[in-house]
Amino acid sequence: MTDFLANAQLLLRIQQLQTRYVHVIDDDRMEEWPQLFTTNGRYTITTRENHRARLPLALYSCEGHGMLQDRVTGYRRINVYEPQCYRHQISALEIETHAAGGWRCRSNFLVVRTLQRGDMSVFATGCYVDRIVEEGDVLKFAERLVITDSRQTDTLLVIPL
Amino acid sequence: MTDTSHIPYRYLQDPTLYRVEQQRIFQGPTWHYLCLEAELPQQGSFVTTQIGETPLVVVRGDDGSVRVMINRCRHKGALVCVEPRGQAATLRCLYHGWSYHLDGRLRLVPFEKGIEGKGGMPACFNKADHGLLPVRSEVFNGVVFGTLADATEPLETYLGPEMCQQLRRVFHKPVEVLGYYHQVLHNNWKLYAENARDSYHATILHAFYATFKLNRLTMGGGLVVNHDGWNTMNYSVGASLQEGGYDAKEMRSVMPDIGLAGPQLLDHRLEYADGITVAIQSIFPACVHQQIYNTLAMRQLVPLGPDKSELHWTVFGYVDDDAELRALRLRQGNLIGPAGYVSMEDGVIGEYVQRGIAGAAADEQAILMMGGSDIASVTDSRANETTVRGFWQGYRTLMGDALDD
Repeated sequence: MTDFLANAQLLLRIQQLQTRYVHVIDDDRMEEWPQLFTTNGRYTITTRENHRARLPLALYSCEGHGMLQDRVTGYRRINVYEPQCYRHQISALEIETHAAGGWRCRSNFLVVRTLQRGDMSVFATGCYVDRIVEEGDVLKFAERLVITDSRQTDTLLVIPL
Repeated sequence: MTDTSHIPYRYLQDPTLYRVEQQRIFQGPTWHYLCLEAELPQQGSFVTTQIGETPLVVVRGDDGSVRVMINRCRHKGALVCVEPRGQAATLRCLYHGWSYHLDGRLRLVPFEKGIEGKGGMPACFNKADHGLLPVRSEVFNGVVFGTLADATEPLETYLGPEMCQQLRRVFHKPVEVLGYYHQVLHNNWKLYAENARDSYHATILHAFYATFKLNRLTMGGGLVVNHDGWNTMNYSVGASLQEGGYDAKEMRSVMPDIGLAGPQLLDHRLEYADGITVAIQSIFPACVHQQIYNTLAMRQLVPLGPDKSELHWTVFGYVDDDAELRALRLRQGNLIGPAGYVSMEDGVIGEYVQRGIAGAAADEQAILMMGGSDIASVTDSRANETTVRGFWQGYRTLMGDALDD
């Protein structure tokens, strides 16, 4: 029973991190996004096509807070795109291993993108493969790998998934 | 030579012209990038691709040679190979099991002789007449090109010496694929073809280029055109940047207060003795070959209708890359593709044109007068649209009377 409760508590804490993550993006509080990662945290978006073929090219790859912050700067100030927002749906969270110093987890996502004129589409579905660690008493992503089911990107990808 | 400094918007909208383009441009006397030989590592390796709307399969045969065929079963027309890439001993249609040798010869028709002599194909049916239709192809330094027309000039003549030189420069040793991007564009394919040739927009729309001095028009560089302007290259030499020209008050693309918190993104290595850091080569009509710092890629543009197209990126490095250079290439992947700091804008800017020209009058047209109306190489200024005019020169030549009002 103690193990069951401990696991349930861990699952809830990881769900809280996931929930914070989607609200930060969907509410356009992108400046807080890097803080959900460890200082050297890695964030990568790739496609199932490249991932399955073991091809290392990513759509997006950030190593550490600096590169994560630069993507936020790109989004806010540098890049040009049609104004848009996401709505994430997250499901099927599973803790795969309790490794020393952290946990490896996976979950599914579905992202609906809404453009400024109101066009809505299923922009991406896929899975997150995460390595989550505890910093002080806060959980953070040491690694978040996003694998999209489709090989296609409609128009462009500027906001992280 | 017709004037290509003004281009009617209707060329980008008209569904009739779209149909004619399939015949006169894509099935016409033009060469098309199909794949890299590196994607066909062994006998039976295949890649499915397209020239315009026509489905193709590129196969490495039992004899080791690369062949291109129309990917259409000779029985009912179904696709024979369905996956993007794969490995096969024979090419077998799923529908009725017609099966072809790797060189395209028809080897087996199930129940060809019927069942116990009843049914089956008539005696006049000859398998030798029903192989997959061959497509003319040439492999240039490991890059596979195809053409659907018999009249197309040999590839090297079509490319011209400068374009061949640029391909040899990058494809001078074996390459390997690092990954793919696929990007749907909600615009006519020609808007992207123009965009890739357009050095005028590159450092204005793509603020990342100018802000971080990866590419500015005030760098040394040039525009190269050949084959009457059909094939073009824009290049810049990073180390030759001159100050001035970019006024932060007037140009959104220069933001002196922005720095990179992760400056390792711009770590790069000079790989070629000529010092060229950005080179975008366009091969008429629908192929782009890029070097942006250490990112190397072929882009294949496929039309999907008058106002939709798809861009396939094949990103590669060299087989003998050391670990550090490979890591640089992969990190610089952040610069390119649908999520690239210097290329994502191209995903939407063509759509903004497509939406902007909706409802335009028949005589409304785009202005391509930067640098005059010549179509010629330029080495002293890249504030020039000669390379874009070159594209339209090729287009008008092949479309001919279909463009008459």
